[in-house]
Amino acid sequence: MAKEQGRIERISGPVVEAFLPDARLYDVVRVGDAGLLGEIIKIVGTTSVVQVYEDTSGLKPGEKVVSTGQPLSVELGPGILTGIYDGIQRPLKVIEEKSKGVFIARGIEAPALDRKKKWAFKATVKKGDKVKAGDIVGTVKETELIEHRIMSPYDGKVDAIKSGDFTVEDEVGSVSHEGKKYPLMLMQRWNVRKSRPVIEKFPPTVPLVTGQRIIDTFFPIAKGGTACIPGPFGSGKTVTQQSLAKYSDTQIVVYIGCGERGNEMTDVLKEFPHLIDPKSGRPLMERTVLIANTSNMPVAAREASVYTGVTIAEYFRDMGYDVALMADSTSRWAEAMREIGGRLEEMPGEEGYPAYLARRLAEFYERAGRVRCLATDERYGSVTIIGAVSPPGGDISEPVSQNTLRVTKVFLALDASLAYRRHFPAINWLKSYTLYTDSLEEWFGENVSTDFGKLTKAAMSMLQKEAELQEVVQLVGPDALPEKEQAVLMVTRMLREDYLQQNAYSDVDARCEVKKQYLMLRAIMKFWEHVSNALDTGVQLKKISELPVRTKIGRMKEIKDLKEFDAINKEMDMGFEAVRK
Amino acid sequence: MKEYKTITEIAGPLVTVSDVSGVGYNEIVEIMLPSGERRKGQVLDVGRGIAVVQVFGPTSGISTSQTTVKFLGETMRLGLSTEMLGRAFTGLGEPRDKGPRVIPKEKVDINGLPINPYSREMPNEFIQTGISNIDGMNTLVRGQKLPIFSGAGLPHNQLSVQIARQAKVRGKEEKFAVVFAAIGITHEESSFFMRDFEKTGALENAVLFLNLADDPSVERIITPRLALTTAEYLAYEQGMHVLVLITDMTNYCEALREISSARQEVPGRRGYPGYMYTDLSTIYERAGRVKGSQGSVTQIPVLTMPGDDKTHPIADLTGYITEGQILLSRDLHRKNIYPPIDPLPSLSRLMNSGIGPGKTREDHKGVSDQLYAAYANGRDLRSLSAVVGEEALTPSDRKFLRFADDFEKKFTQQGYYENRDIETTLSIGWDLMSILPEDELKRVKREYIAKYLKKPGKEGEKPAEAKK
Repeated sequence: MAKEQGRIERISGPVVEAFLPDARLYDVVRVGDAGLLGEIIKIVGTTSVVQVYEDTSGLKPGEKVVSTGQPLSVELGPGILTGIYDGIQRPLKVIEEKSKGVFIARGIEAPALDRKKKWAFKATVKKGDKVKAGDIVGTVKETELIEHRIMSPYDGKVDAIKSGDFTVEDEVGSVSHEGKKYPLMLMQRWNVRKSRPVIEKFPPTVPLVTGQRIIDTFFPIAKGGTACIPGPFGSGKTVTQQSLAKYSDTQIVVYIGCGERGNEMTDVLKEFPHLIDPKSGRPLMERTVLIANTSNMPVAAREASVYTGVTIAEYFRDMGYDVALMADSTSRWAEAMREIGGRLEEMPGEEGYPAYLARRLAEFYERAGRVRCLATDERYGSVTIIGAVSPPGGDISEPVSQNTLRVTKVFLALDASLAYRRHFPAINWLKSYTLYTDSLEEWFGENVSTDFGKLTKAAMSMLQKEAELQEVVQLVGPDALPEKEQAVLMVTRMLREDYLQQNAYSDVDARCEVKKQYLMLRAIMKFWEHVSNALDTGVQLKKISELPVRTKIGRMKEIKDLKEFDAINKEMDMGFEAVRK
Repeated sequence: MKEYKTITEIAGPLVTVSDVSGVGYNEIVEIMLPSGERRKGQVLDVGRGIAVVQVFGPTSGISTSQTTVKFLGETMRLGLSTEMLGRAFTGLGEPRDKGPRVIPKEKVDINGLPINPYSREMPNEFIQTGISNIDGMNTLVRGQKLPIFSGAGLPHNQLSVQIARQAKVRGKEEKFAVVFAAIGITHEESSFFMRDFEKTGALENAVLFLNLADDPSVERIITPRLALTTAEYLAYEQGMHVLVLITDMTNYCEALREISSARQEVPGRRGYPGYMYTDLSTIYERAGRVKGSQGSVTQIPVLTMPGDDKTHPIADLTGYITEGQILLSRDLHRKNIYPPIDPLPSLSRLMNSGIGPGKTREDHKGVSDQLYAAYANGRDLRSLSAVVGEEALTPSDRKFLRFADDFEKKFTQQGYYENRDIETTLSIGWDLMSILPEDELKRVKREYIAKYLKKPGKEGEKPAEAKK
């Protein structure tokens, strides 16, 4: 593609207008003598409007603008995993070296994938084999946890292919199609604003097991599904997102820190390499890609970071993996759109957001899904998108929350008043919902227990009952309630404190497997059954409340050996036997 | 150097100059008035021969015919040197005291560059402020940005001065400095700070940038950036631990809105510009610790919430960027409790990385969670008892009620000069917990209960001495 050259006409913050005839929309350009990266977002006649991914201070009209003739793309190939990138996939480590300091200098060019590192490539096709785009031609053991499957970007016949040690740019073979020859490399590029093709999308039927009780039990997320976590500041969005990134049973995690705090990203960057995958004993970092575009990094790169992340997620999905994508926070992304829209002097929609906000959000979440990957062999993968939303003042009637709710299927409502009580995860069980309950019921029935669904429904209706009773208590005090209702309050308090609350900082409790969740919930509901029966036979509530098994239930979270639940259940039976006499 | 006499429009703080060439974005300009007076400004928008300049200072006296505009060819820079310590400057960085000009060791762009998240170090050193509600419940650590959310008439100035006076990392004698940025505060408030800094001797380790209420509001955009540029220099170049106090960010945001409306931009919430989040982040994010440097920048910005409304855009956007907040409560203030910090809506996001064995004490986390939960419960019961009367409460509930009262009187309440070490804070906490039934202490490990809890019966007596 010929390189177009033009010149700057006007600069206003991150938006630059340039005289650039024959430019194409969404092509990447280098702006000014410093070569700042930018992207064409609007064309009027011969003038291109460019959003620049770096600070534009000092740029002057008349300086040159060069189009690369390529849309904003990511590099996909071995070396992505364990990577820590900025919003336009520049590795932060390389930026550190090139900036010679802790600050991000301007105009730095840094390829996403290491050009020098050699990877051991094992070819899985032979010369003469026919391949379709998306078919696996070979594998690279990228990390101990993940095998990187190299997919052919083209249809055709394999002319040559060899195993061995290669860099990402070396030619490992070639494919010919209709007389044309295409080289095969370990690396390929993909336009971030275009979703990668699939054969078919399926409705999700398998839950993403997160190890978080309130989510798995009451508001399960499906693999390939979408979820949103809105909440005011301080309600624990980031802690929830990070817990999901750490403990969910997905093979690949893409974590986008979009316009968030620098120190928080550092926390992720420092902590993830030390976290160990319980199954393999390897650092979790080996399955993770981090994209960190903090709030003070250029706003246009923040806009791009979400697309960069989801494209990487789709790439791993196409290999046949289950991928979870966390975007923290999509509100910052929407604000970036608003900021750039404002600079373009676009007619604003609601609250100053651009009119295309809803479409962009929907398009983004639509890139999630459980799919049959584009390939001849039958391969399935999924991308689950979990987006945090930061509504101003915690009021979700604002446009970003509302438009997100319309497209996502799970709503985890974070609640500041729970956070004030140090009830974490501060997910409000009355406001949250999931639309996956029915499609996942079968899985829970087969893999956990057939009465799991029944138990969760019973527990949830008790929690709803509690909310009603609390209103009465507010007026008349707890002692005015009949014993049976006081008992409901006693058991729902157990549900809240001993079940829903989960300590993200405890070694045992941070991740709770579903089997244990079931046993815990069963113990509490069994307790309720006992209480209810005992009260019917005239036992006083006071006596029940003195049962020592209550403390045992309170410490169930810390149980490691699931056999201990038998002892608790037995003690419970005996305790109630005793009070009845 | 290019000089123009082609001003075509003057509106509010903005001046439009036409027929310019070779002018850079964000470049600094000097404006010479017919009277000979000089003012500074900055290019906000440039293109097709027209430059929009934001003037630092009043635009009165500028005329379209006889005023000269000189483009200086560089962005706003601040000359830096360690000689700045002990000095007071204006909101634009000119000496305000009677001292000489500072001879700069280096000149740095005041907008700074974003810190590479990969090059940051995690803040994890406990700063003892001597204030129980901060140390015990919402611990401050080095490199954190922890704003004080206040309201008009609340003692946020006293509190921030007390923090500046008392803050230290225990067991270490290190170079430290205070950088103070006053944004649009009154003369009276500014002299309160000056007096206190002088009296306690803090002034010799402080750099002051003062933009007072009657100074031009556009300057307010610059003042915090000067302060932070200085702080970064002292921290990362000179290896000092710098505490940056910025008061009052509300005035900063008002100035931002003023300029935005003068530029006729599309307003966001309540007329504040849509980019206010990004703009604020370029201030707040300039805190932290970085690889390869001893020093650190810790920020304590103060903002007064209009109408005590935490959801007001200024407080809201700040809360989304900073690592928590210390919230002052009018109710506590009315009860004559100083400092009126309400621990419930306050938060320190970095607390967990700065506490625990080796940093504060093993029981710190548990004590804090327990006090927090019990106080929240007590406060709920207080409103309940207002409806049903205290008699209707269970005996256990009445204990929580008493706990909440005592918590405010003994834990929250402390003197303006009272500097409590963390052991004292924790032991007050344990005293308070002894009011409650022991089986309600679910948040603390049992071994710590055995080790630290005073047995009931002695409750209400004088606080126990700190345990070793």
